Amino acid sequence: MDWYPLINSLRIAAISTVVVFFAGIWLANLVARAPRLVKGALDVVLTLPLVLPPTVVGYLLLVLLGPRRPLGALAAQLLDLRLTMVWYAAVFATVIVSFPLMYRTARGAFEAFDPTLADAARTLGHSERWIFWRVKMPCCLQGIVAGAVLAFARALGEYGATSMLCGYTPGSTATVATTVYQLWRTGDDAGALTWVLVNLAISAVVLLAMNWFEARGRAGAAARRAGAR
Amino acid sequence: MSLVVDVRKRLGSFSLDVSFEVESSSEILALLGPSGCGKSLTLKCIAGVLTPDEGRVMLNGRALFDSSARVNLPPRARRVGYLFQQYALFPNMTVEANIGAGAVGVSREERARRVAEQVRAFHLEGIERLRPAQLSGGQQQRVALARILAGDPELILLDEPFSALDGHLRWEFEMMLSDTLRAFPGGSVYVSHNRDEVYRLCDTVCVVADGRSEEKLTIPELFSTPSTLAAALISGCKNVSRARVAGEGGARGATLACDDWGVELRTTLPVPPGVTHAGLRAHYLRVHADPARAAGEPNVIPCAVDRVIDSTFSTIVMLRTPGGALLRYECEKDAWAPLAGARELAVVADPSIVMPLSGGDAA
Repeated sequence: MDWYPLINSLRIAAISTVVVFFAGIWLANLVARAPRLVKGALDVVLTLPLVLPPTVVGYLLLVLLGPRRPLGALAAQLLDLRLTMVWYAAVFATVIVSFPLMYRTARGAFEAFDPTLADAARTLGHSERWIFWRVKMPCCLQGIVAGAVLAFARALGEYGATSMLCGYTPGSTATVATTVYQLWRTGDDAGALTWVLVNLAISAVVLLAMNWFEARGRAGAAARRAGAR
Repeated sequence: MSLVVDVRKRLGSFSLDVSFEVESSSEILALLGPSGCGKSLTLKCIAGVLTPDEGRVMLNGRALFDSSARVNLPPRARRVGYLFQQYALFPNMTVEANIGAGAVGVSREERARRVAEQVRAFHLEGIERLRPAQLSGGQQQRVALARILAGDPELILLDEPFSALDGHLRWEFEMMLSDTLRAFPGGSVYVSHNRDEVYRLCDTVCVVADGRSEEKLTIPELFSTPSTLAAALISGCKNVSRARVAGEGGARGATLACDDWGVELRTTLPVPPGVTHAGLRAHYLRVHADPARAAGEPNVIPCAVDRVIDSTFSTIVMLRTPGGALLRYECEKDAWAPLAGARELAVVADPSIVMPLSGGDAA
């Protein structure tokens, strides 16, 4: 059996999760502290991909990245790089589609962060950088990790935008999701079922990991409550 | 040690306008006032986590904030320790690491030395590796204090430090806190709405009412001769009546026409300008069942007994004055026994306990 679609899916999801992880944390922290009006506007823009059909995201990305489109032409000219119909093009799609999951979970964690902890650190003589890395991030770690896991799961399962941007080329742009569709379409039911089972197994592992993190969080909260008494 | 605070800040419809000074070393100044009067905001302005609109904050000759000179030091450069109401310990760090986080900009060895010193001073041996969630409220408070002292601040600010503790635990920590603040070479500003805490812990007091600070008083002054309505009420005076000066009585003292009580009372206490109210402490009144025994006394208020309330350790008697307002009288249960059943009482207010007060709405 050719495992290429699995390897391709995993590397696309991994790269996209790394990108979304940092971008999500940065923007979530920015928006959590922004004035109300800016917050509302940014929030809508940053969450939009969550509610848009992936085909719409795919269409918009093609408008930007297509070979005769502004960014696509620029990349071709300067770097001799194609931004569509290659395996890494899927990363653009998965980043956009999974970003809101990371962003919203991280923002929730940052908003739940007690600002007096930051004030206390300031009066003790610490810099904003120290406060972010040594207090805020550790306190919000659970929400951030949960967001990253969700974003990874979403990236792994991305189909609509990916198929529009990359199509399906065996051994090149094929992912688990596009392979299932392609095999089913060509009547290879057994092949499709194999990939469906692979998909189910990965999803189960991801969800188990999520639950494990959540349970750990609840245990921590319970210990905090017990400590307060 | 010197701290000069004179700041103004508008927050929505609330306006803060406070000024006071802490002059001597290890002076403990109380900011005393009801919830929402602006005490905590004042502390935040001193610490720099909130920026005033204008004014200045000077600590030991150093400008922490000065709107006219455009100085506004960030909190981390102020060397002001701040004990938060809920202690604000870092939940992700152990007790040791929390205390160590107070010692900023020192070598690793020096930090370890200071942590060890504070662990000893606050009896935290054995819990150094626990996290805040595993500590009791009292332990959390000790760690928070240790963390502040590890940073060697010039001033300590305390925001209602006992509000997060259960009643029976408070006493123990109050004594510990008192020892700590007495041993601390800099000054302290202590925010509270509890007059008893302030009486036991502090040297001087600044009453804050509705965003405004009043003149700084010593603790005995606040409790014996408060001169404003807000100070009298926060110091526990239960009886106030609208009043005006009806006649001068020489260099000291005057006669006050107390409208709510319907009587004129002599006072020998200093009369501030702009008297609006008179105050009488419920414990200082004397009562007689037989009016003849009150004859010849200077301030007699004939009252009808309205109701008698049996309290924990005392008896509270609500008395109807000639002016219609109620007067509260409080005495030991034993002292009330012989008077029980009386319908009318002659209340005697010695001129030395009639407090002329300013700062209320005019009579």
